[in-house]
Amino acid sequence: MLQNDDNYITILSHLCNETVTKDIDNKIMRIKEAIVKGIFLLLALSSILALAFIVIFLFKEGIPIFKNVSLNAFLFGKEWYPTDEPPAFGISSLIIGSLLVTFLSSLIAVPLGVFSAIYISELARPFIKEILKPVIELLAALPSVVIGFFGMVVIAPFLQRTFDIPTGLNAFNAALMLALMSIPTITSISEDALHSVPLELREASLALGATHWETIYHVVLPAALSGIGTAIILGMARALGETMVVLMVAGGAAWIPESIFDPVRPMPAAIAAEMGEAPVKSQHYHALFAIGLVLFFFVLIFNFIAYYITQRYKKAGEAL
Amino acid sequence: MRKIKEFLAFYLLRLATIIISFGLFLILFFIFKNGIKAISLEFLTKPPIEAMTKGGIFPAIVGTFYLTLGALIVAFPLGVGAAIYLSEYARGGKVVHIIRIGINNLAGVPSVVFGLFGLAMFVVLFGFGSSILSGSLTLGLLILPVIIQTTEEALKTVSQSYREASFALGATKWQTIFKVVLPAAFPGVLTGAILGISRAAGETAPIMFTAAAFYTPGLPHSIFDEVMALPYHIYVLATAGTHIEETRPIQYGTALVLISLVLFFNAGAIFFRTRLRRRLGR
Repeated sequence: MLQNDDNYITILSHLCNETVTKDIDNKIMRIKEAIVKGIFLLLALSSILALAFIVIFLFKEGIPIFKNVSLNAFLFGKEWYPTDEPPAFGISSLIIGSLLVTFLSSLIAVPLGVFSAIYISELARPFIKEILKPVIELLAALPSVVIGFFGMVVIAPFLQRTFDIPTGLNAFNAALMLALMSIPTITSISEDALHSVPLELREASLALGATHWETIYHVVLPAALSGIGTAIILGMARALGETMVVLMVAGGAAWIPESIFDPVRPMPAAIAAEMGEAPVKSQHYHALFAIGLVLFFFVLIFNFIAYYITQRYKKAGEAL
Repeated sequence: MRKIKEFLAFYLLRLATIIISFGLFLILFFIFKNGIKAISLEFLTKPPIEAMTKGGIFPAIVGTFYLTLGALIVAFPLGVGAAIYLSEYARGGKVVHIIRIGINNLAGVPSVVFGLFGLAMFVVLFGFGSSILSGSLTLGLLILPVIIQTTEEALKTVSQSYREASFALGATKWQTIFKVVLPAAFPGVLTGAILGISRAAGETAPIMFTAAAFYTPGLPHSIFDEVMALPYHIYVLATAGTHIEETRPIQYGTALVLISLVLFFNAGAIFFRTRLRRRLGR
């Protein structure tokens, strides 16, 4: 009997031991999993960190210029002579240059981009769609320096001859090339928005006797409007921040343009053209970083407008 | 009347699409027509000579290769890891929301601002100088959003039942991700890497002050050396120097090489993605 009890106890203790080691195994595994999860979280935070560092460095290197120039004089001053003695750091002509080419390019890119999105989403047969989608993607993939080069050697002489103007390198040419760069953004995001309009809406409209075009214009377009709005804003943000095209094609004159055929010097062009010659930590260097800061905030505002529209769109979508 | 209106409207839509396709065609046509004359074995394998008015573009090809490879080494682990977190671990909430805002805004940062950042942080503060290392780090951060977005999309297409089956067999989360989800999403992850490469190879503004040199006498020996790069080579020959007209054929040739490279990678990405979609029956 006693022996039996002993046996019983050994078995029991064995069992206990096993659950204990299992517990420990489980714990180790759970800790391991937690560590793995933590590592992935850290990696996910990398883009936030990168963004934070970009902002920090823009401020750190841009702010010192305001020891020499007031913010007002910097933003609204008309004279940009960074290498003269004494230098003048007014960037209003650069800001106007940026806004002018962005606005002009959107006049071209918005209709073309949105129309082609409607065509691809609503009209094109599957076979044609299969061709058009890669076309848009390849256009988006073209390096900006190649588009700038094309604008310089092909479009500029053409404009000069056709309109009989002193130089083909001007705001209009830059706007044309920028339009080429923002069209893919506008088209692909608009197309996504149109694509996500439920089929039932179209069927209901057609069943009521509307033509295909009436359905698109009165039903599909309104339903996708905020998505298209986002697309347009993001397309414009792309044009605003684009560097190589405006550097090579816009003409580079830092004065306030009087016509669309005047050369301009948008903000990215000024930074890219001058940073190579500006000695590190000089006033000019800090001024260029301050321009970068202004440019960054312009683009940020565009992004937030786009984000705001999408959020509203999401809510409208849920109500549907 | 209604039919006429419809006809006109559709005509306009078609016209817009044709104009865009024509734009792409025009660029490709001009670059190809003028560039093909410059291409020869020598052009691709020899360095430039006689103040860059003759000779090849081999150092620029090598430089672009190093910069792109470096950018991928920086961005690929970060991007895939971030995508795994967003797709497999995150369950909504504030942190995820902030991460997404961060990714979207990073994607929108103008390329020249990346250049400024790279200059201030890597070149000046860290003292890497204008080098492959500085350029790769800058380009890596630039392509990070592309890789995250493409990879996350790929992970999301992996059917939930794969994960459940793996869990049911007693696999841990990590084992499931590593042995089941990632292999299933592999073509999509590859697409992300390819798109990142294509983007990094074509960018000019971020490397202008962080890595690119007008001319280097030889090939780079370490990651602290400056390099020539294809996009910068086009820009420099087309805008600076005294032989702009004379070197036009070299400019066209370099543009053709760069475009071919980028289009080749993008065609690859499109190919992998279509295969993935077809397999998933979408």
